[in-house]
Amino acid sequence: MTAPLHDTPADAKPTEDVAPAAGAGVKKVEGRSLKQIAWNRLKRDKVALAGGITVLVLVLVAVFAPLIVSVLGHPPNDFHQDKLDPLTNLPTGSLGGVSGDFLFGVEPNKGRDVFSRIVYGARISLLVAFLAAIVAVVLGTLFGIIAGYFGGWVDALISRVMDVLLSFPQLLFIISLISVLPDDLMGLEGTSVRVAILVLVIGFFGWPYIGRIVRGQTLSLREREYVEAAKSLGGGRRHILFRELLPNLVAPITVYATLMIPTNILTEAALSFLGAGVKPPTASWGGMLRDALETYEHDPMFMVFPGVTIFVTVLAFNLFGDGLRDALDPKGTR
Amino acid sequence: MAGSPHKGDRATAGPRTVLAYLIRRLIAVIIMVLVVLLATFTVFYMLPKWAGQDIAVLFAGKQAGAEQLEGIRTKLGLDDPLIIQFWDFIKGIPMGRDYANGSDVTHCPAPCFGYSFRTEAPVWETLKDALPVTGALAAGACVLWLGAGVLTGVVSALKRGTIWDRAAMTTALGGVSLPVFFTGMIAMGIFVHNLGWVEIADSLSTDDSIDVWFQTLILPWIVLAFLNAAMYARLTRATMLEVLGEDYIRTARAKGLGEPAVIRRHALRSAMTPILTVFGLDLGVLMGGAVLTESTFNLPGLGLEAVRAISSKDLPVILGVTLCAALAIAVANLVVDLLYAVIDPRVRLG
Repeated sequence: MTAPLHDTPADAKPTEDVAPAAGAGVKKVEGRSLKQIAWNRLKRDKVALAGGITVLVLVLVAVFAPLIVSVLGHPPNDFHQDKLDPLTNLPTGSLGGVSGDFLFGVEPNKGRDVFSRIVYGARISLLVAFLAAIVAVVLGTLFGIIAGYFGGWVDALISRVMDVLLSFPQLLFIISLISVLPDDLMGLEGTSVRVAILVLVIGFFGWPYIGRIVRGQTLSLREREYVEAAKSLGGGRRHILFRELLPNLVAPITVYATLMIPTNILTEAALSFLGAGVKPPTASWGGMLRDALETYEHDPMFMVFPGVTIFVTVLAFNLFGDGLRDALDPKGTR
Repeated sequence: MAGSPHKGDRATAGPRTVLAYLIRRLIAVIIMVLVVLLATFTVFYMLPKWAGQDIAVLFAGKQAGAEQLEGIRTKLGLDDPLIIQFWDFIKGIPMGRDYANGSDVTHCPAPCFGYSFRTEAPVWETLKDALPVTGALAAGACVLWLGAGVLTGVVSALKRGTIWDRAAMTTALGGVSLPVFFTGMIAMGIFVHNLGWVEIADSLSTDDSIDVWFQTLILPWIVLAFLNAAMYARLTRATMLEVLGEDYIRTARAKGLGEPAVIRRHALRSAMTPILTVFGLDLGVLMGGAVLTESTFNLPGLGLEAVRAISSKDLPVILGVTLCAALAIAVANLVVDLLYAVIDPRVRLG
């Protein structure tokens, strides 16, 4: 993939502290920061905007899950055996038991409210995805900027580590790792342990993606005049790395962090699907699909709801991330 | 050697530099495998210990007596330092290994990956049966995904802005947003249970006919490839568009070369280099996808074995499978490196 951001040489001015992202003003537009330009472009990009709004709605759903469920559904761990056919244990009624009372139908075998479980599943999914992205961004930015700026053996070492991590059989390693970890850790137990482990592990394997991009950008930025100027003014390493370089890396980091969230959602779903995610009865989308694997021939709707939810969520983040990239890309390609 | 103007020099220099390049890559790959191995080994044998779990208990079960546990520890060498245990494990792979507790000696023939805690069968037996399934799944999916992805990408780039282009790009975005275990279930629901077009075998062994293998794997291939093909279509499109704007393409056209030759010999060839790079990085993703596909379609490959072993905490099998996966990725990486040398003359002569 090509580097996402190149500011034109004309913009290689010293950083203005107010400018939040790489190079202020791309096409010599007077008095507009990149933030404003990006926002204007994003507003015109209907598809990205739709993605962004969907993301916002999903976040609200996750935050207000208890409220939504109390109005529109039933507690996620309540069993409704009366909604099941006693012979087959499948939901009675059409479409997996969809009704005004049970918006997305009921689970086969257990009779739990699918809608409530999907709403609660959003919490786990988004929480893990966001936090893991933060872990990845922090590690990736730190190591990427160090590798790019210092070069030499530091760069060689960090780059090798990134290569090894990227070509690791990650998914296998993560499920194995989770299986040998004990159920209580660092004073946490139950769902929070699993969430913490998922966040750390997914974040840890995600940082090289950010790290490579930050390293590449730092390599091209460190020869700029403003870095030279900061050096000759007696700026320390710390100052140059975090005050001069970092502000110019905010744009690509934002874009790739946004694009990392959908990947994390898929990874979390995959881990739950394989039984290495949060433990039942806590609801998760991947876990629902694993349960659906046993009955989908007879009750396809129980597979469709969580599957489509994952699809819509990931697609929304991808569309928004792509739009953000286009909006922040001064070259305006893609 | 590089940049030598004489054609004759190049011809003799070529193979030798390729060899040096491959040896360099081979060393890098070996180091990588050792690192992965050490990391995996540490995690699986040391982490439970640090977290207060006893591996001997994992092996024998909770009701085992203290004496029995002590015997297991001696036999498996669980009290040795990490580095000794690691060395014994590595040495066992090419040379076989003897597990001894006094006069009670069990010989594990090479290649020895230890014995399953659950079935007490050699781990190698499990790996030997599972490897061909995962190999066939990954290889077939790879061919489909690169073939379909690159082809779609090239067509989209050439017909930029047409319905073709938009359809391909929309599918691509959909493809990267769909979990493979969901598409797998849909595909099975439609083609196996509803239409009955294909039949998926419960087990696969090298004794089964090609027809059985093909029937069982055709859906997993398509499902696994679909997700990635879409991504490669996008990538190919972007690189092709970039390459088609280069001066040498104009030159090739100007000298009267036909359009198909321009595309194939000049544009596609240089567009393939970045695609290969990404492909090399995606081999781990392919392995992950294979694990998920196997779990969805219930294919008896490495992934399914791993998931089974994990739910029963069968450490030697988990370790063996992870190791196998790492080795497979490493070997595939070498193949990618070789392809680089074929495609990109700078690598060959550099």
